[in-house]
Amino acid sequence: MEKTLFAISCPGRIGVSLPECDVPETEIPNDLARTGEIGLPQVTEGQVMRHFVRLSNRNYNIEKGIYPLGSCTMKYNPRLHEALARIPGLAALHPLSPDHTVQGTLELMHALGTCLCEITGFSGVTLQPAAGAQGEFTGLMLIRSAHLAAGEPGRDKVLMPDSAHGTNPATSTMAGMKVVPVKSNDHGMVDVEDVKAKVGPDTAALMLTNPNTLGLFDSNILEITEAVHRAGGLNYMDGANMNAMLGVARPGDMGFDVCHLNLHKTFSTPHGGGGPGSGPVCCNERLEPYLPNPVVVKNNDGYALSGMGNTSFGRLMAFHGNVGVLYRAYAYIMTLGAAGLREVTEGAVVNANYLKARLRGHYPVPFDNGPCMHEFVAGGPEMAGLGLKTLDVAKRLLDYGFHAPTVYFPLIVKEALMMEPTETETMESIDEFAEALIAIAREAREKPHLLTDAPVNTPVLRLDEVKAAKELVVVEPREES
Amino acid sequence: MNRFVPNCRTLRDRMLTEIGVKRVEDLFTPVPEKVRMRGLLNLPPAMSEMELVREYARLAKSNTSHELVCFRGAGSYDHFIPAAVDSILTRSEFFTAYTPYQAEVSQGTLQAIFEYQTMIARLCGTEAANAGMYDGASATAEAALMAMRVTGVNRVLVAGSLNPSYREVIETYLVPGGFQINEIPFGPDGLLDPGAVRTLIQGGAAAMVVQSPNYFGLVENIALASETARANNALLVVVADPISLGVIQAPGALGADIVVGDGQPLGIPMGFGGPYAGFLATSTAHLRKMPGRIIGRTEDRAGNTGYVMTLQTREQHIRREKATSNICTNQALMALANAVYLSLTGEAGFREIARQCHHKAHYLEAGLVKAGARRIFSAPFVREFALRLPGDAFEFEDRLLSAGFLPGLPVPGLGNDAMLFAVTEKRTREEMDAFIGAFSKACGEVR
Repeated sequence: MEKTLFAISCPGRIGVSLPECDVPETEIPNDLARTGEIGLPQVTEGQVMRHFVRLSNRNYNIEKGIYPLGSCTMKYNPRLHEALARIPGLAALHPLSPDHTVQGTLELMHALGTCLCEITGFSGVTLQPAAGAQGEFTGLMLIRSAHLAAGEPGRDKVLMPDSAHGTNPATSTMAGMKVVPVKSNDHGMVDVEDVKAKVGPDTAALMLTNPNTLGLFDSNILEITEAVHRAGGLNYMDGANMNAMLGVARPGDMGFDVCHLNLHKTFSTPHGGGGPGSGPVCCNERLEPYLPNPVVVKNNDGYALSGMGNTSFGRLMAFHGNVGVLYRAYAYIMTLGAAGLREVTEGAVVNANYLKARLRGHYPVPFDNGPCMHEFVAGGPEMAGLGLKTLDVAKRLLDYGFHAPTVYFPLIVKEALMMEPTETETMESIDEFAEALIAIAREAREKPHLLTDAPVNTPVLRLDEVKAAKELVVVEPREES
Repeated sequence: MNRFVPNCRTLRDRMLTEIGVKRVEDLFTPVPEKVRMRGLLNLPPAMSEMELVREYARLAKSNTSHELVCFRGAGSYDHFIPAAVDSILTRSEFFTAYTPYQAEVSQGTLQAIFEYQTMIARLCGTEAANAGMYDGASATAEAALMAMRVTGVNRVLVAGSLNPSYREVIETYLVPGGFQINEIPFGPDGLLDPGAVRTLIQGGAAAMVVQSPNYFGLVENIALASETARANNALLVVVADPISLGVIQAPGALGADIVVGDGQPLGIPMGFGGPYAGFLATSTAHLRKMPGRIIGRTEDRAGNTGYVMTLQTREQHIRREKATSNICTNQALMALANAVYLSLTGEAGFREIARQCHHKAHYLEAGLVKAGARRIFSAPFVREFALRLPGDAFEFEDRLLSAGFLPGLPVPGLGNDAMLFAVTEKRTREEMDAFIGAFSKACGEVR
């Protein structure tokens, strides 16, 4: 266990050296002044470094090994991009700098937007959303604006398959819309007849992840999006799984009107232990007028941040989005080019299918009716027949030195293990991971306690989540420090 | 093949054999012919590592803002960042990790964020804080939504002295839910008009959203606002500049129910606006209505202390359309930057930085006033202040830019001649004197 900084704090210690104040002091009015201790740690720079380095040693990360979280696209994060994003001429810019003093950054943002439009087959783009969920919100707000502008405020239903990410229904609520669940068919894809039965004059949108969370590309995609259009609705694609489609197929060509991208998934920007992400949204001409303010435009004088005028649905962030993440994503696209991005997708799809093939006979894969795309889901009632509980398999994988796949999602598969190796894994590392999973399946039959006791080779043993939620200690109590 | 894709042709063929197909194309058969791309995407030619370094150097050279001496704030501030902050942030164990879904192998991130929550709560004077939001503006909007969940009332009052961008984000977040927003005007002193507050709140409100120091840099009477809010069953949401909390009283201690803000001043580069990290602090009573992730302390099977994401039943993975928010990925690494910054500066250093910002801002304000600017408001300020210039603010901006300064921000809302200045501990007396000199010169040139 690593003590907290508060526990090692000692009055008088400090971790910075500041210059003497070189101006006369102005008194802070007594009735406003903060008195008493704030309670910040009192430690030296060396102590801070040791503390956080020791904490870092208690983390798994992509540079330690495969990180097969399904729908999370944990690929290698190129080191060069970290250096590029830190160039002072790019990092030390005040966000409200006049346009002519930030031409380089605006040029890059414009170029990135153009690339993302080409990749998705759309014409309009906003780089402002901070993450995928804010991108989803943006997409639905664009759709809402278009319906309002068309004099159809009654369109407030979002059709959504039961395999959708949890953010999709949560986003619909935030956008003032209601969810209408759509069934999946026996092949794990959207039930087209159910879509046709549920679309109508109240349909705002269909919200679909393609390939879906089972890793399956919906072969009926054109029929589905057409049915929604015919009923006057618009089609939103959740682009969380875009890694399966770079240079292979474009949402704009599939009947979608708008989609978001996760730069922190598909475009290799580091996930930072839970962010920062970036969730740009690309859309077609019909939705462009409603994009959030501001957007980057190119004019005779160069590049400028410009408002969309009063058609815009508003603003998402105080400034222009997570620009530092944009710097990294643009470097990725520029490194790979069109052929390289296509190789990324092919590599991702080959790796996922290879892992699925390696696990054949050891783990059941429901909806296994052909090739998967960049990920697949094992699980289902058969898992229990094999004596396997997903949580135990996941924890035992940690003992083998691997991160676990996404567990218990999508909800339409019981005991789901959702695996996405990504293209940056070698065949050898996938082999090692598959062998660990196979060994665990054997252990489940022969020495099941190894699974139920797991993990034992980790910095802490299995943690009590119930206690955490019941006692709710979310800050260090003062008396302890 | 490229440097990110390791399985070369030979290996790939072996893998395809194992899969049971002949060619890579066979794996894409589920994609309908009609939508499958024939050629390649139309993208610029790929660049080598060396070429890309050159290209980014070119782009950086097209920017000039970073060479200017900065007196601009309005939500982003030019503070010094100790080297140790980036040294921690660039550890791959932190920056290349995912959300801590497997707690047993994510204790580093989890404990760091638990410590972040503690520092933010202490700074704000509240009992608790969450693991972070996107930025200050979206945190403010989420706080307003949270207040409506807590009270069941569909109306919020927003101070007219709130940062206008924050106001826009609040509208964007609230309008689709059919929620009502009313503005509280500010008085001639630049502070909330208490009479207007009392009248507006009569109609019922979930919350009053007040920024302090406000957009003009002035310290609001939070205790009074809290009293009025409480008497009318509304929550008080205070938007705070975290640096100011080193010198002025914590909003939580004065009765604020939710304290939000942007952590940018705490160890995060201005970076043209992001990534930053919003913070959201509140009382334990409201934890279950709070948006975003929360890290909690617990024990493992052997009784060792450990940390997990807790109260996830509020979140979208479980609650889906009934979740408290859709926020999933937040800005964890930036929250870590805040934690490292606050532990390095510590109790004494942090307060000294805040004091220096205050002293230097007052030095600059006095100098600019002496040189020809006029005060607009009389209320006390911390490190940001608005002045009326003897002429058009944009004209002054042009001249001061040419002189090598990023001057204050023109604030058309206060008139064509108004400018909002910010000062950090980074500014030296020499820089400020030079700026005052350039301003003085501009006064003679601008009508």
